[in-house]
Amino acid sequence: MTSFRDRVRDAFDEGVPVAIDRGARGHYEKRVQATAAFPQMEQMRDRARRIRADVIAHLDEHLATFAAAVEAHGGTAFFAADAAEANEYIVGLARTEGVSRAVKVKSMVTEEIELNPVLEAAGIEVVETDLGEFIVQLAGEKPSHIIAPVLHKDRYDVAELFAEKLGVEYSDDPSQLNDIARTHLREKFLTAEMGISGVNFAVAEDGSVVLVTNEGNGRLCTTAPRIHVAVMGMERLVRDRHDLAVMLEVLARSATGQGLSAYSNVVSGPRRPAEPDGPDQFHVVIVDNGRSATLGSAVAEILYCIRCGACLNACPVYRHLGGHAYGSVYPGPIGKVITPSLFGLEEWHELPAASSLCGACKEVCPVRIDIPKLLVELRRQSTDEMQPSIRRGLAVFAWLSTKPRLYRLATRVAALFGRMWSRDGWLRRIPFALRGWTGERDLPAPAKQTFSDWWRNRGT
Amino acid sequence: MGRGSLVGMPVQLFVTCLVNSLFPDVGKATVSLLEDAGYEVQFPLDQTCCGQPAYNGGFEGEARAQARQTVDVLDATEGPIVIPSGSCAAMVIDHAPELLWCDAEYREKAERVAKRTRELTQFLVEDAGFEVPAGDCRGCTTTYHASCHALRWLGVREQPKQLLDSAGFTRVELEGEDECCGFGGLFSIKAPEISAAMMSTKIDRIEASGADVVVGVDVSCLMHLGGGLRRRDSCVAVKHIAEILAGDRA
Repeated sequence: MTSFRDRVRDAFDEGVPVAIDRGARGHYEKRVQATAAFPQMEQMRDRARRIRADVIAHLDEHLATFAAAVEAHGGTAFFAADAAEANEYIVGLARTEGVSRAVKVKSMVTEEIELNPVLEAAGIEVVETDLGEFIVQLAGEKPSHIIAPVLHKDRYDVAELFAEKLGVEYSDDPSQLNDIARTHLREKFLTAEMGISGVNFAVAEDGSVVLVTNEGNGRLCTTAPRIHVAVMGMERLVRDRHDLAVMLEVLARSATGQGLSAYSNVVSGPRRPAEPDGPDQFHVVIVDNGRSATLGSAVAEILYCIRCGACLNACPVYRHLGGHAYGSVYPGPIGKVITPSLFGLEEWHELPAASSLCGACKEVCPVRIDIPKLLVELRRQSTDEMQPSIRRGLAVFAWLSTKPRLYRLATRVAALFGRMWSRDGWLRRIPFALRGWTGERDLPAPAKQTFSDWWRNRGT
Repeated sequence: MGRGSLVGMPVQLFVTCLVNSLFPDVGKATVSLLEDAGYEVQFPLDQTCCGQPAYNGGFEGEARAQARQTVDVLDATEGPIVIPSGSCAAMVIDHAPELLWCDAEYREKAERVAKRTRELTQFLVEDAGFEVPAGDCRGCTTTYHASCHALRWLGVREQPKQLLDSAGFTRVELEGEDECCGFGGLFSIKAPEISAAMMSTKIDRIEASGADVVVGVDVSCLMHLGGGLRRRDSCVAVKHIAEILAGDRA
């Protein structure tokens, strides 16, 4: 893959769609309003954090409880160590059961394990049924936001895409576009043998999985086909339904500014003998894929994340860059920690460096993850090729800092040189590592007299 | 104002390395404001850099060495410690105690120092109850850029605006006041394209605000914005809150 820096340059050269900034800000504003209208929000965030912290601290126990409860309801729980194991299990199941078509509810973890191409390679048709994901799939792209996959497109883009790919008449009316997708998807829902969903929360105590959607497609996918496969990251647990209630309160408000999402589905197993509908089989695939390693690391707090996307919306880097340039299914502030911790810091070390540590993410995180602190931790571990030379420079500066007399002398000498190179008190071009700075800005030259020299001469 | 009770009380100025070398006028203005508020300003001469650049860059060892030096110098003094920079104040208040947590000798010292430390506008408004004497030149229109560390680590949101307003400056709101200017220390070197894009948005908004002067509480952001404005040949000036409040008196 190209370097992050190259992807950033490409994104800026091509021009980041204005829809990104507009969309992210829109979501951000909705969150601000929803939070203001809910006086308990701050306490709820504290509770949500405690709930997540407790689950993560005792994840092994909660997972065992959860898996046992799933099986007790007639479901199957499968632990997948990595993406390959998860995909193999699902493809194997589809083959055994003679599945030719699967419908999907939007799910980040299935993007993470790249399930769709694996199913397609096995000759199984996969249809994304969340409107945004449907559009992304049709366009052959990747989601650019964890809850709003087509944040990078506006309705005119969608209108053109539908006209081209679905052979319908061009219309950029949102409700007509919606109808086109509905009509197209209806038949898929009714004929698919397998429904694949993600999991927003899994309730350890009773073995149910919870899906939060706004389109109702989650209900169709998990009830119409005869097999339901729910894929979840292994950290997605809450202890019981009381805790679930708290998490739903903060999730919807943080994600979309809703008091509660339009549909919160609690799925607790396959159809029971007396029930008229529901799937015959219920499988939960619990994906590790780097999470166990993260659990024991200095950035374990990232596992508290509930994938609300609030930090993406708040982030000035995300707003300027959009999601694709990050190169990972998890973009934005949270992605800068999740991606290197799940997939390796060596390959992804550029992501933690690409933050001004402004703290806008930390301010909105419903479970109060201290993202800036985690980014600093990853920088500490970084193998970035620039780190050694920066370290050498900083080491000299730090050493000088502990020798005040020498430090004062050095600042005087540096000032002298700085002023020699400057014009009218400014430096227009500086060499080496600082080159990037003067690409777009000037740097003020050091002052003739340092403050400390002024202070010492003051009144004399 | 309670000025009488403050006369002669010592306050320690931690001026920051950037102010010391690049923006000494900000330091002089800070001294002038604190003296106007009735304090006796002291300047611990052995202060150097608080360690923030190293901390943010992930260079823990270097940051710790600098944090120890800072804590040593400041702990040997008395009275409130005032810093005319949100990010350096956040370093002393928040990050230094965290860095030195495992160091038995420095743990308490760092916490003592953190408790005494305040960002300048926080100190002037909340502790000193300072009212800026109306100055002569109040003709210009100002706008305020909120620095991230001051805002999100220290809760400095209204104080600088209050000071500007009570000093009689015309102040216009800045769209996206609390959005980062894109400086972020090493970030501007390691991801210069993103940093510049963020700066560009900020500068567009500053120019659109109609202000003659953009005011901030952190010289690092101001250095960044000033450098960008100058490259654009903009006529908007950049001033630290201390400079604009102290005016000609500094």
